[in-house]
Amino acid sequence: MRVVSRLSRVPLPALAVASLVLMTVALTLVFYVAPNDADQGFSQRIFYFHVSIAFTAYACFAAGAWKALRHLWKRDPGADLESYVAVHQGVIFGTLVLLTGSIWAKISWGHWWLWGEDELVLFLVLFLFYCAYFMLRFSVDPGPQRANFSAVYALFGVVLIPVSFLAIRIAKSFVHPEVFTLHGPNFGGWILVTYCVAQAALLLLAYTLYRVELTGKRLDARIRELRFA
Amino acid sequence: MTYFADVGALARKDLLLELRARDTLPAMLLFVVATFVVFHFSLPAHSSQLAASGLLWVAILFTALLGLGRAFVPEREQRVLDGLVLAPCDRSAIWLAKSIATLAFLGAAELVALPVFALFFHGIGAATVAGVVLADIGICAVGTFLGAMAVATRARDLLLPLLFLPLAIPIVVGGVGASVAGSPGRYLAFLALYDVLFGLLCWATFEYVVTE
Amino acid sequence: MTTAEKYVTAAYCVVFAGVLVYVVLIALKLQRLEREVGELERAAHKAAEDERETVEVG
Repeated sequence: MRVVSRLSRVPLPALAVASLVLMTVALTLVFYVAPNDADQGFSQRIFYFHVSIAFTAYACFAAGAWKALRHLWKRDPGADLESYVAVHQGVIFGTLVLLTGSIWAKISWGHWWLWGEDELVLFLVLFLFYCAYFMLRFSVDPGPQRANFSAVYALFGVVLIPVSFLAIRIAKSFVHPEVFTLHGPNFGGWILVTYCVAQAALLLLAYTLYRVELTGKRLDARIRELRFA
Repeated sequence: MTYFADVGALARKDLLLELRARDTLPAMLLFVVATFVVFHFSLPAHSSQLAASGLLWVAILFTALLGLGRAFVPEREQRVLDGLVLAPCDRSAIWLAKSIATLAFLGAAELVALPVFALFFHGIGAATVAGVVLADIGICAVGTFLGAMAVATRARDLLLPLLFLPLAIPIVVGGVGASVAGSPGRYLAFLALYDVLFGLLCWATFEYVVTE
Repeated sequence: MTTAEKYVTAAYCVVFAGVLVYVVLIALKLQRLEREVGELERAAHKAAEDERETVEVG
């Protein structure tokens, strides 16, 4: 927690520059340094961003739920807005997971959509769930009730993630008898380094975007207050 | 044990209202039977029994949605919820009582629906019945909770299915698994896990839905 | 370019485009905020001038 609170004091331009640098390094590593996968060849290079983006999306949803809990539990002022922005980031990254995953499925198995890919299906469920979150939020007037509803629904989300994952796993045996076994890359050497750098770059990018959006939203609220003052 | 006395009194109120007005249960019954007839014609001839089992779960889910959409309508129209929140009882008792009442309606509808399904399509095993019971608990617990939220929004009835269906996907997985798999044990266990997890979550957070 | 290379490039472009669209949306929002601040500023100036006129001297 202390790391996060320290991170929130880093000025925004520094964050933006750091994520740009890290992203450039990550892309260079992905395209020029990481070796071709023995099994999947060049197409395995999607993995570095696809998996990192997925993890980042989970982190955003978890952060949203954490802020939601803070709102319900400690009544932190501003926790509601932070929770909403984190969930919003999560949905953006979740959409990117669906898009990149779909492209990966096309290269590897020749179909744009595969019900056998656990993570894709899970992200589809989560996408539907969090779209409903926005519907809920925008059909209640701003105020304590909206904050409570959003917070409670965001908490449902973090319980839904593992439950849905389990459900999709056990559903495979009757929905899809043939199981695609993706031979995981042998982690080690440059593959591991590239993955870690890409992961760090995306987490930092997500955090930067989160801060940008949060600043905008807070500014918006302040201007609105001034207008009615 | 005043908590359970409160729950009992609140649930009795809902059941009594339904007995007097009879506006939810007949609608659910008619809906589920009509759905079966629609399913019969939407399944191509000679399609497998497995497809029919899957459709049973769709019918249950949508029938439950029909009932859940009505669950908080009397509270909203008569502004009963404001009174209940002011009453000196734990707020989660309101949710528990309403869940029990909707569970009773859904159970009553299924007492008719399952034999009709068996008559129209194929016989139903003990595992399916157990799956239906466990799924009903989860559907009513989560659905009542979301119904209380949806009724306070501008979109109202439109919102409940949107909020509920993503959360109901694990229930469908567990239910369909219990009715078609060779060894239904783990699917039933999964449904029970879902009930416990989401039941606790709803119980713990309902207070924030009805208060500010 | 092989097909695999094309698809990988497409995937990374999709990610890039997604972030770019997000930046454009934020920029639009920023523009709106700037306009609103401008309106507030004008209103504040006007209020200050009005005040100046009504003050009686002596």
